[in-house]
Amino acid sequence: MSILIDECSRVVVQGITGREGMVRTKLMVDYGTNVVAGVTPGKKGEAVFGVPVFDTVEEAWEEAGPLDVSVIFVPAPFVKGAAFEAIDAGVKLLVIVPDRVPLYDVLEIDALARRKNVRFVGPNTLGMISPGKAVVGMIGGKASTAREWFRPGSVGVISRSGGITSAISYYLTRAGVGLSTVIHVGGDPIIGLPFPELLKEFEQDPETKAVVMFGEIGTSQEEMAAELIKAGEFTKPLVAFIGGAAAKSGTRFSHAGAIIEGGRGTHQGKVESLRSAGATVVETFSDLFVVTPKIIGIA
Amino acid sequence: MARLFEYQGKELLKERGIPVPRGRLAGTPAEAKGFAAELGKPVVIKAQAWVTGRAEAGGIKFADSPGEAETWAQAILGLQLKGFRVEKVLVEEKLDIAQQFYAGVIVSDQYRSPVIMFSTMGGTGIEDIARAHPDKVWRQPVDIFTGLREHEARNLVCKAGIRGKLQAKLVQVLVNLYGLARKVEARSLEINPLVLDTAGEIYAADCRVTVDDNAVFRHPELGIEIAREFDRPATPLEKVAYKAEEKDYRGTFYFLQLETQYEGEDYIGFHGGGGGGSMMAMDALMRAGFKLANFCDTSGNPSASKVYRAAKIILSQPKLAGYFHSGSGVASQEQYHTARGMVKAFRELKLDIPAVIRIGGNSEEEAIRILTEYTQDLPGKVEAYGRDVPVEYCVNRLKELIAEYKDRKAVS
Repeated sequence: MSILIDECSRVVVQGITGREGMVRTKLMVDYGTNVVAGVTPGKKGEAVFGVPVFDTVEEAWEEAGPLDVSVIFVPAPFVKGAAFEAIDAGVKLLVIVPDRVPLYDVLEIDALARRKNVRFVGPNTLGMISPGKAVVGMIGGKASTAREWFRPGSVGVISRSGGITSAISYYLTRAGVGLSTVIHVGGDPIIGLPFPELLKEFEQDPETKAVVMFGEIGTSQEEMAAELIKAGEFTKPLVAFIGGAAAKSGTRFSHAGAIIEGGRGTHQGKVESLRSAGATVVETFSDLFVVTPKIIGIA
Repeated sequence: MARLFEYQGKELLKERGIPVPRGRLAGTPAEAKGFAAELGKPVVIKAQAWVTGRAEAGGIKFADSPGEAETWAQAILGLQLKGFRVEKVLVEEKLDIAQQFYAGVIVSDQYRSPVIMFSTMGGTGIEDIARAHPDKVWRQPVDIFTGLREHEARNLVCKAGIRGKLQAKLVQVLVNLYGLARKVEARSLEINPLVLDTAGEIYAADCRVTVDDNAVFRHPELGIEIAREFDRPATPLEKVAYKAEEKDYRGTFYFLQLETQYEGEDYIGFHGGGGGGSMMAMDALMRAGFKLANFCDTSGNPSASKVYRAAKIILSQPKLAGYFHSGSGVASQEQYHTARGMVKAFRELKLDIPAVIRIGGNSEEEAIRILTEYTQDLPGKVEAYGRDVPVEYCVNRLKELIAEYKDRKAVS
């Protein structure tokens, strides 16, 4: 098992004929993701690595069959329109890869998604991978690399940094720990599926035995994850590392979400709330790969 | 977040129908004196800077006469407020305060929507108000599609126990405030204090606006020069960096100077790759006792030319002891683009300080080969490492190389 995606998920790529869309479609198709359609207005009839291209998501649905997941690769100013289109066509899970999507656009996507019972990952995400089954987005870059770096298994990975998502997954794999599903939640202040939502999914997945989490200063995702554990809604082991111990308040060092505003979202506050909930918060990044194998009983 | 000055925020409020005190922006003491005379009553002189705590730092002063206004303007213009040099002061009529409120809109990740907030305890920061008087702060999440409806605003003001004409005025302020926040796509927009004067009129006595960086491109009317989260104006080098980013949409380039005046200590030109990896590399450098001249992040599959510009900008900072790059260690992107960009900058500038590059990820073997082969003849030694080498090891190598370099310099 895995969460959100597997080899059966029927995937549509919005913006499939663009620079990023094409390169990432190659990764997904080569890896074995079930990419059934692509969409670029005006390009109906073309094909990208064997994937048929349609003018609209609705048309793709009618001609290629039902669509479970849409992965969006259009430029940031057009993301809202693309997301609305997918939601209206009936797609229930979106993966919004582009960065620099305006905040109020994300709020609109989120409001519509909630009304239509749709979920989304991102924006500003590398996407996700259920090793051995499917990759959606761009994690791993190339199929051969993705296969080598990430092995199937029983640990879920969630992270607010794209590069760190890959790094954690690679170092866990190297330490002999296999992975159920790996998700980069996105670096923005408002994202579709923050940590608590994904922890609820992992709780329901019988294959996932533990979750490794890379948090950062800013926003309240880590604090909300701690609340979830305290409420008894996530009962599996959680191993976390929180980046940004040295950052000063009010200045952005990395992701737009990683900014301490008005004393909220500090490093210390996050570490304390997670520890008080019973999560294991490690001091250094490399400790993740020492502690996690022990927790799942392979070291 | 792109921030606006108080006077800019107040202009926006005024356009939106929220009253602000009469006042003008002055750049010299003489101007301040003239404006005070025009107003013909006691005034307040306010430093225009993005920082909080201006009053405590001597950036806000009251003057009873034009002469006094001139004196205070003289004292405030040129002040350094938390690294922010004051270039302009706002000269405003002094209000006869009867009561102070707080009104604000922030985009909240907990509510996943904008939230309008109102308090009867204005004056200090909203976090302090919320901590000291949690029962005096009222909040209402706003539906992004319908906006703040009048009855929602009225509910808030009613809960605060405010009735009659004042209630109607405050409801209008809240509705207009939300409308403005939505229009300019503010991540936060606050009026604190919102003043009720002794004549029963409402005025926005202060205004803080931060606009969503990602939306700045569709608001040329705001005149924002750099859409970045700085707590001070951008340095000349940061402006150059922002121009490079603006013109090239492939990948992301972010540059921030942490220190511009330094002497004698080991300051590093820092070049991160990806948000999380950058932050961890920065932490590792600081744990090892290094100081950082700058923060920089190139990520999201940047072109070689973007990385080249970034490296050049980093190396144009004076008196660096070394250059350090690290990403997450396991990048999905093809790493030779980054390697090529760096090598071009190193060669062009004849790099003469040690550089350690942790460039793990797709095609790292090729990236490492480019970085080592084409830098052999440079005075500064370049070492490159892949995904199986931890950041701590690379930081330590930098330390050793800098020590060797200093020894060599001492001998020659």
